[in-house]
Amino acid sequence: MEIISKEKARIRIAKRIAQEFNEAKEIKIINLGVGIPTMVANYINNNNIYIQSENGMLGVGPLAEESEIDRQLINAGRQPVTETPGCCYFDSATSFGMIRGGHIDATVIGAFEIDQEGNIANWIIPNGKQLGVGGAMDLVTGAKKVIVAMRHNQNGKPKILKKCKLPITGLGELDMLVTELAVFFFDGQLILEEIAPEIDIDTLKKLTEAEFKISPNLKKINV
Amino acid sequence: MIKKVMDIDEAISYIKDGDRIMVGGFGLAGYPEELVEALAKSGKKNLTIISNDLGSPGIGLGKLLTNNQIKALIGNYYNWNPDVADAYNSGRIEVKLVPQGTFAEAIRAAGVGIPAFYTPTSAGTDLSKGKEIKVFNGKTYVLEQAIHADVALIKAHIADELGNLVYYKTARNFNPIMAMAAKTTIAQVDKIVPLGTLNPEHIVTPHIFVNIVTKRRNL
Repeated sequence: MEIISKEKARIRIAKRIAQEFNEAKEIKIINLGVGIPTMVANYINNNNIYIQSENGMLGVGPLAEESEIDRQLINAGRQPVTETPGCCYFDSATSFGMIRGGHIDATVIGAFEIDQEGNIANWIIPNGKQLGVGGAMDLVTGAKKVIVAMRHNQNGKPKILKKCKLPITGLGELDMLVTELAVFFFDGQLILEEIAPEIDIDTLKKLTEAEFKISPNLKKINV
Repeated sequence: MIKKVMDIDEAISYIKDGDRIMVGGFGLAGYPEELVEALAKSGKKNLTIISNDLGSPGIGLGKLLTNNQIKALIGNYYNWNPDVADAYNSGRIEVKLVPQGTFAEAIRAAGVGIPAFYTPTSAGTDLSKGKEIKVFNGKTYVLEQAIHADVALIKAHIADELGNLVYYKTARNFNPIMAMAAKTTIAQVDKIVPLGTLNPEHIVTPHIFVNIVTKRRNL
């Protein structure tokens, strides 16, 4: 059963996460992973938000148009990007000093699985074809707030589990989980804060393997 | 003054079979294209390549794997070049995966005389297995060792004749820290300027870390 199409789901998730940043009244530094997280930038309309890319750039602008492409100016997903005013560059040790040192206000990342203990699995599906960790482990450990952006289920299989089956990226590092069907906060346990207008709580429980608590202030996702 | 500026092929002659070689770059940005090309042509073998990734199949550092010049890899992200997983699974090469921030810090540590350090990254995950764990203020940390090299091949934008370096945009990445971590550092640059031309306040890598400067032939 597909409640919302894949494309609509991705846009809803990105828009909902952008809301978190659009309300900021002071400077916030964020790092966006590949996939849905990159799309979040399309919906941010707040000059207080600066995007850091772990390959050594603070002040990442929109993706470069064909005529603007500079092969030596890329984001961590290897996409050609542009600069924003005040942009700066630094080496990789300084970049991860920002990340590990707790200077990044939030990281938005994708995930294969999340569990009710706040564990995140997003670095490898052991199938012999992948061999890479990148900055995922540093980001979940170091960022002040870890926001996971992912589809609620994958081909009907639950992704929000009692216990991650895949190798984890970090222990209990989750702070917020946004899917097309629900928004959860994590504070020792998953707390449902918002639910999609298309479904009720019983349906959500059927689509979610993990146990979760329901916030007394439960709202509909509104993007 | 000792002459640091030399031709790319002469610079590459300082590399020996079996060397541990750091190579700057992230994806295809910031890796020293012509030094890597010359290394691929040189046929040097049994190399340990220490780099963020291995380019793309047959492109950039990927060429060294295609040419069977690699014995081992130390790095963090090889999903852009599926040849690496194939070579690893068939037992042709060894691969050591290190989280990217740990990788960067381990290189920096080598350059600044620190043998090992504790980091929270990877605690509780498969990548911390077999490593010493210690708790500070209630939080778990993993002991990681510095990563040294015989030679570093780096890319910078402008050098002066002494080897002071200035970089260009996201081509900086691992280059400044690798320059500090190897016994011999070879920098490929787009432009070489006379001494006294660079603004001393703008120099990113001081010349003490650079042994050889080569100018890129094709700009």
